[in-house]
Amino acid sequence: MWRNEKSREIIVQIIVLFFLGWFISWLVMNVNANFEALGKDISFEFLFIPAGYDINQYLIDYDSRDSHLRAGIVGLLNTGLVAFFGIILATVLGIALGIIRLSKNWLASKIAYWYVEFTRNVPILLHILLWHGIIINTLPHPRKAISFGDVTFLSNRGFYIPKPLAESGIELVYLFLVVAIIFSILFSKYCKRKQDLTGIQYPVFWINFSVIFFLPLIAFFLSGMPVSLEIPALKGFNFRGGMHMSPELAALTFALGIYTAAFIAEIVRAGILAIDKGQREAAESIGLKPSKVMNLVILPQARRVIIPPLTSQYLNLTKNSSLAIAIGYMDLVATLGGISLNQTGREMETMLIVMLIYLSVSLSISALMNWYNSKVKLVGR
Amino acid sequence: MSEKTYKPGNYPDLPPPPGTVGVYGWIRQNLFSSISNSLLTIISVVLLYYLIDGIIGWFFLDAVFDADSKIACRKIDDGACWAVITRRVGQFVYGFYPEAERWRIDITFLTMFVAFAPLLYPDIPKRKWLLYFSVFYPFFAFVLIMGGYFGLQKIEYSLFGGFMLTVILGVCGIVCSLPLGILLALGRQSNLTVVRTLSVCFIEFMRGVPLITLLFVASSMLNYFLPPGTNFSILVRVIIMFTFFSAAYIAEVIRGGIQAIPKGQYEAADALGMNYWQKTRFITLPQALKISIPGIVNTFIGLYKDTTLVVVIGLLDPLGIGRAALADTKWNGLSTETYLFVALFFFVSCFAMSRYSLWLENKLNTDQK
Repeated sequence: MWRNEKSREIIVQIIVLFFLGWFISWLVMNVNANFEALGKDISFEFLFIPAGYDINQYLIDYDSRDSHLRAGIVGLLNTGLVAFFGIILATVLGIALGIIRLSKNWLASKIAYWYVEFTRNVPILLHILLWHGIIINTLPHPRKAISFGDVTFLSNRGFYIPKPLAESGIELVYLFLVVAIIFSILFSKYCKRKQDLTGIQYPVFWINFSVIFFLPLIAFFLSGMPVSLEIPALKGFNFRGGMHMSPELAALTFALGIYTAAFIAEIVRAGILAIDKGQREAAESIGLKPSKVMNLVILPQARRVIIPPLTSQYLNLTKNSSLAIAIGYMDLVATLGGISLNQTGREMETMLIVMLIYLSVSLSISALMNWYNSKVKLVGR
Repeated sequence: MSEKTYKPGNYPDLPPPPGTVGVYGWIRQNLFSSISNSLLTIISVVLLYYLIDGIIGWFFLDAVFDADSKIACRKIDDGACWAVITRRVGQFVYGFYPEAERWRIDITFLTMFVAFAPLLYPDIPKRKWLLYFSVFYPFFAFVLIMGGYFGLQKIEYSLFGGFMLTVILGVCGIVCSLPLGILLALGRQSNLTVVRTLSVCFIEFMRGVPLITLLFVASSMLNYFLPPGTNFSILVRVIIMFTFFSAAYIAEVIRGGIQAIPKGQYEAADALGMNYWQKTRFITLPQALKISIPGIVNTFIGLYKDTTLVVVIGLLDPLGIGRAALADTKWNGLSTETYLFVALFFFVSCFAMSRYSLWLENKLNTDQK
């Protein structure tokens, strides 16, 4: 039986399965024994008792009487918030740096190179602590805050910007915006068909852009400017009103954005370099303008190379945002896996929930990526 | 100018047009080739000027290198206050390792280069003899650092800290995770369904969760999974987690390498009658590992940088030492100096690793491209 490949494979697998089952039951037995010794059990009821701690930054209403479950959701939303800002910053900065790195300008390219090397060779946790330290220790007190036109303030308590408040009559602006978007979609389709038929190109982008931008603006003035700004003002020791970005959120956004930008810059550079030189030469030789060469020939091909590693960088950024716990930003790990864990003593349950949430986000994004890859894969050959 | 006539074939080489050669030509081509390019250059120069001016002033000219406290620093000058580092440099390097025993760390660290040399540089003279030392080195290092044998004083794990802890965690993690990563990569490519599923689950789980949650598991939950009464050091638990975590990433890198090998290689090996292990040993791995060197080194660099996370579960790596220093009222608020110093250490070591990977890549490159 051992000499036959098929039967040997089956035997090996059975042995592996046997050891796996033995290992798992050994783990379960240990957990049972340990829990019995400590008088613990596994239960998720703690999720519904009041959390009893405050969270200084929240997107949905929260106070300390709310349940652990709600605290966890607030944390999850905070993770999403910092990931969102971080991804925007990282993408903009990363693409700019990647393109500068390829520029013919020797000096600019060298500066971008050293930026990338310095940033990515330093641990992300250090970036976070460094930025947090800079904001806390070097920015002035709220009373001496750096102000921009007396409406936006930078201080060691965070950033304050005016908050737009909608008043009655705003519906007209929204309506016009929807109309503008519908128009631009139809217009793009019309132009595409026109170009396919006749070869005439319209400046679609600029027309759509101005429609979407100016139509709501006109409505805004017509309805008598139905938006007021709530301007932050100094009351006592801190600012009140306006939109607030806490020092922790700001530090985390900067650190994650700047760190990930270095990786994105390398990805963008590699993606553009991966395009065969002949493609650019051919595009130039048929007389395309440099901007068209980039937009119609290089970028669509580079995108195929760039997007998969780019998404994995976004995922890394989101996972790295869990380091927020080091500076006290209340994200998922800091709420559910931090304070809730310490208060209830339910390590097993809280860590299980936290890990499952991260795992499901990662896995669903990789599934999406696989689908995208199979869609844009070069067909043929 | 009078026209000269030359015989055919005797026309002298003219110098290239001015502005295309020499320093001037280089500047013109690389910095001022067009209007937008010139603008970029000017912006860069201005940026660099302010940056260098500020950095040199703050770092060196206005900096204070020794003082009793932050206030004393500020009285002398208004630049960086490096006293927070110079006064505690011993802690930053060795943690709380007893001062009289620090020579043991120095020796271990220096001999580490001897042990790694034959592995890192294949052309080194007397490689075989050095390799024997490399095999023997882990035991040597363990005994020297931990003590307890040969009359050496036994040192508790809890005293470890500083850059020494970073290097211990990093090197142990790197050395253990490569073999595990290779096994996982082979498992993921295996024909055996059970083995493949197990590998995939392990890899995807480890890559899907943040490292910090794994470290929490190591620090607070791992004991539940072991027979009651077992207790081993947090340092070992953390190294195990680091190993698992980076093994999963290495496995993916190596899988990429395995998949990049042309199918003909396997068919040729089958035609020669090789069995699975021969095929893996002589055909798959040598080629796959060579392709995946840059990825593996990047994973190592990532692991090395991630060792800083242990500060969150209370180990005293350089960041932990730095935070302890900052918690001291004497040095309160000097976070920029402290963290920049630690950052410099990481930059130097990680940059060196990435340079080594470039060198090795070029050396092993047998491509006829």
